[in-house]
Amino acid sequence: MTQTVRIAAGQGFWGDWLEAPVRQVTGGPVDYLMMDYLAEVTMSIMQKQKSRDPLLGYAKDFVPLMERILPTLAQRGIKVTTNAGGVNPRACAEAVAALARRLGLAGKLTIGVVSGDDLLGRLDDLLARGHGLKNLDTGRPLGDVRDRVQSANAYLGATPVVEALGRGADIVITGRVTDTGLTLGPMMHAFGWRRDAWDLLAAGTVAGHTIECGAQCTGGNCLVDWERVPDLANVGYPIVEARPDGSFDVTKHPGTGGRVTVAGVTEQLVYEMGDPRAYITPDCVADFTTIQLTQVGKDRVRFAGIKGRSATDKLKVSIAYGYGYKAVGTLVYAWPDAYAKARRADQVLRRRLADLGLEFEAIVTEFVGVDATHGRLASAAGVPVDLPEVQLRVGVRARELAPVERFTREIAPLILNGPPSVTGFAGGRPKPEEIVAYWPALIDKREVQPCVDVVAV
Amino acid sequence: MRGRGRGLREASDGRTVGPSDRKGKVLLLDLAHARSGDKGDTANVGLIARKPEYYAHLVKHVTAARVARHFKGMITGPVERFELPNLRALNFLLHGALDGGGTISLKTDAQGKVFSTALLRMMVEVPR
Repeated sequence: MTQTVRIAAGQGFWGDWLEAPVRQVTGGPVDYLMMDYLAEVTMSIMQKQKSRDPLLGYAKDFVPLMERILPTLAQRGIKVTTNAGGVNPRACAEAVAALARRLGLAGKLTIGVVSGDDLLGRLDDLLARGHGLKNLDTGRPLGDVRDRVQSANAYLGATPVVEALGRGADIVITGRVTDTGLTLGPMMHAFGWRRDAWDLLAAGTVAGHTIECGAQCTGGNCLVDWERVPDLANVGYPIVEARPDGSFDVTKHPGTGGRVTVAGVTEQLVYEMGDPRAYITPDCVADFTTIQLTQVGKDRVRFAGIKGRSATDKLKVSIAYGYGYKAVGTLVYAWPDAYAKARRADQVLRRRLADLGLEFEAIVTEFVGVDATHGRLASAAGVPVDLPEVQLRVGVRARELAPVERFTREIAPLILNGPPSVTGFAGGRPKPEEIVAYWPALIDKREVQPCVDVVAV
Repeated sequence: MRGRGRGLREASDGRTVGPSDRKGKVLLLDLAHARSGDKGDTANVGLIARKPEYYAHLVKHVTAARVARHFKGMITGPVERFELPNLRALNFLLHGALDGGGTISLKTDAQGKVFSTALLRMMVEVPR
């Protein structure tokens, strides 16, 4: 049996550092490159792109990235697991296959495609058969927003990824597979872990959670001792060195920047955490209160002792729907009395919005430099009178576009007809933005059949 | 205790206030570090003891009720607390913290990314 498998994280989200995956596959030995591209609302953006062009609907950045690294992957035998496929994993796979042929890799590459997560076309059938797809947060039935739904995807786990690898795939391109499943899958495949080996699956899930946000566990966005995190310009992305017994190390390539410490890794473990005893995935329920961390070397933290429980009989469904519109306008006020001027401008603006009879679901004012991130906690002890500048930031939200559109025309006039010493309007009039909101729900697992296709290029 | 050179703040009445004004209390930032994220309209704050011996102190003093008081008026729902003694960490769920959360929220910190630092402003008893 394979003794150690090295899984490198290359992207923490769609838009992460383009150099990271290249450095991961060239900076030292790795067996797998794992890349997470999907956030909750990403699927609806991709669904829109696909509706305009049936060849789109996936993370487009993935293809030029593959162009840079495919020869290295083929030469070194590095496999890829990624959910870059979005709502069109097949089109993504075809684009990569065409690229591979162009690079002279025909006959040398096998691509696995995981689909079956897309429920958009099945929603009415599911609702008709009594699946309420109730909002997990509010308890409301999906019927409330059915006519505004833009995408609906079940979160698949590691199982279809394991199947694709088992059938020889070098690159596994998926739709909405969980971030953690992309890391757990290679471990299950390499070590032959059973689908009911709950402690092992929990260990692989914790490994996935640790590296799914890329450099956030190797010194990026790390608060503890942040001033002394070395060479962030050259930050190394995380690598899991997994073993068959479920223990694993998190480390990074030698010579890279950043830092892997127990304290820094712990910050990532608690990121987006709910009940730590029940981290629920399609594969298992991991218990984060069982994780034992040890610093076993420079930039190397060992994970052991992880326990898990059986998976539930549900899958989470991520539904995106049109909620309404919003816009945010900003102006910057300068010393003297920067904060007082910004407050006065806010009062003037709100009065004008009221006089126009505009109705909003919410108007939120923040004074950036005073209270935007810490609210009254920051201003309670008093605001310095000599602040060099304060940014007034006003956001509005409405179900209809018209009041939001009108709001965007009320910011610029304040420059000439409001309080003085105002600047920072180079960006022009704020743009109304459609709000695509997130509707989390559950569905019975037996309603969702993952589909795995494996094709030789 | 970490010696950090935080400047004194000038209050609205011109007098200076700082840690020295609060006898026997220290900024939570000196005892713990933290990271936060979101789930819908809920912000989570993971609070991690800077030294192993601080963990029991945090468990005793940084209660859910106290955190709820700290954020009073800033969140609309309850506060839940979970203990992770193995990581010397506490996880707080602050419900109704993000003006609807995600894409709905109009806040700068719509995803609660820096809510953690707002908790670290809390003044707590000095550990013995």
